[in-house]
Amino acid sequence: MEKISVQQLNFFYGAKQALSDISLDIEDRKITALIGPSGCGKSTFLRCLNRMNDTIPGTRVTGQILLDGENIYAPDTDVIGLRSRVGMVFQRPNPFPQSIFDNVAFGPRVLHTHRENGLAPVVEASLQQVGLWDEVKDILRQDALRLSLGQQQRLCIARAIAVKPEVILMDEPCSALDPIATLEVEELMRILRANFCIVIVTHNMQQAARVSDRTGFFWLGKLVETDATETMFTRPSNKLTEDYITGRAG
Amino acid sequence: MPRKTFELELAQLETEMLTMAAQVENALTEAVDILERRDMDAARALIARDHDINAQRFAIEAQCLVVVATQQPMASDLRVVAAILFNVNELERIGDYAKGIAKINLLIGPGPLLKPLVDIPRMAELTRSMLHRAIDAFVRRDVALARVIPAEDDQVDALFEQVNHDLIQMIIADPSVTRQANLLTWAAHNLERAADRVTNLCERVIFTVTGELIELDTDEASPLE
Ligand SMILES: Nc1ncnc2c1ncn2[C@@H]1O[C@H](COP(=O)(O)OP(=O)(O)OP(=O)(O)O)[C@@H](O)[C@H]1O
Ligand SMILES: [Mg+2]
Repeated sequence: MEKISVQQLNFFYGAKQALSDISLDIEDRKITALIGPSGCGKSTFLRCLNRMNDTIPGTRVTGQILLDGENIYAPDTDVIGLRSRVGMVFQRPNPFPQSIFDNVAFGPRVLHTHRENGLAPVVEASLQQVGLWDEVKDILRQDALRLSLGQQQRLCIARAIAVKPEVILMDEPCSALDPIATLEVEELMRILRANFCIVIVTHNMQQAARVSDRTGFFWLGKLVETDATETMFTRPSNKLTEDYITGRAG
Repeated sequence: MPRKTFELELAQLETEMLTMAAQVENALTEAVDILERRDMDAARALIARDHDINAQRFAIEAQCLVVVATQQPMASDLRVVAAILFNVNELERIGDYAKGIAKINLLIGPGPLLKPLVDIPRMAELTRSMLHRAIDAFVRRDVALARVIPAEDDQVDALFEQVNHDLIQMIIADPSVTRQANLLTWAAHNLERAADRVTNLCERVIFTVTGELIELDTDEASPLE
């Protein structure tokens, strides 16, 4: 069953069209990887999924994106509510300059989903889910920026899941991390897949191959091909995809 | 080409597989030739050369793993490497069948054969030709060619039946020939098995080009049967 259904999506930065006629179903409790050369529109597409592009002046969207069957671009959409359902993790870990605890508690506090004295269990559960709890349980009041980059990224994922989103968008979440921290985040993604719909943008083709269930290939603002990841990396149907993933184009 | 090094490595792998295939091809017809000539020394030399074929196979296999580990081939590149890995295994086994025929020659020992060989050399030539064209189909990524070769296996099978039949007749007529007749049947059987493996090579051509692993059933591949 698809969690998100993108239908004939077009996206413009002013006069420049960045996405053309994208249609894609994104399944729940699966990891969907988006690959493609720099500037092909992967990040733009990802930001469309929780309307993060709305904040950029002069942008325009046509088409529909259905989340559980409802168009998120409908005029009456509660955009704040949407972003708590569809969370985002960025390329560089971006913890707030606060304690580890406060970073994770940030969302529930802002959204008033929990009372102040009910936050500790949420923080613990979120840190447990990202496998960080044992490493930080004695230093919860410490500044988050003192963690290693890999730990910071897992903290950011904990912060994202603390508000119990349904979808997690990740834009090159490992590109600032060393190989071990990268593998840890990948392991974490596989664990989170049991409960979330995950969409990841990555330049690392091996990462897409390792971690995802389905892969979509973007090229010049178009979605060229989507398929089961296994198929995509062993026998893609499209020549462009083939050339890109074998390193002969892009 | 952004992947020049990799392209060269792939081409090198394929060239090495071709070299190996050429030796296996020669070994097949030579083994039968030696059997006809009753040449014991040449049989021993052929058996010794089988070690070279095995060594090549290990070298190519090792190189395939290096390419996978260092270049992370994907899609059609990955299929080429996988097919080469598979093919060298099949080639080695075909080489073993040729060696088996040389061993049979030694077991029969010097002295004339029961009868001049007719069908066994034909089987050898047919199998060699099928092998040659299967490798050619791989190099040219020629799916159409790969599809037609397996049908010829039926001719090899028919010749094997003929050999088998003739030798059984000889045994019935004169049981004292049983041992040699039996050994010759085994020689023919080796060729029949070798031709079967050519079908596997043909399947890998299709896999390399299309990504599909399909069984080229030798009977069904021939529409007239
Ligand atoms: N804020 C913006 N204003 C105008 N154009 C933009 C803006 N952001 C992106 N673009 C353009 O839109 C196109 C798609 O960019 P996008 O960042 O989505 O690509 P990407 O696939 O994520 O690339 P990368 O892999 O380098 O991150 C590019 O041509 C880019 O220059
Ligand atoms: Mg981007």
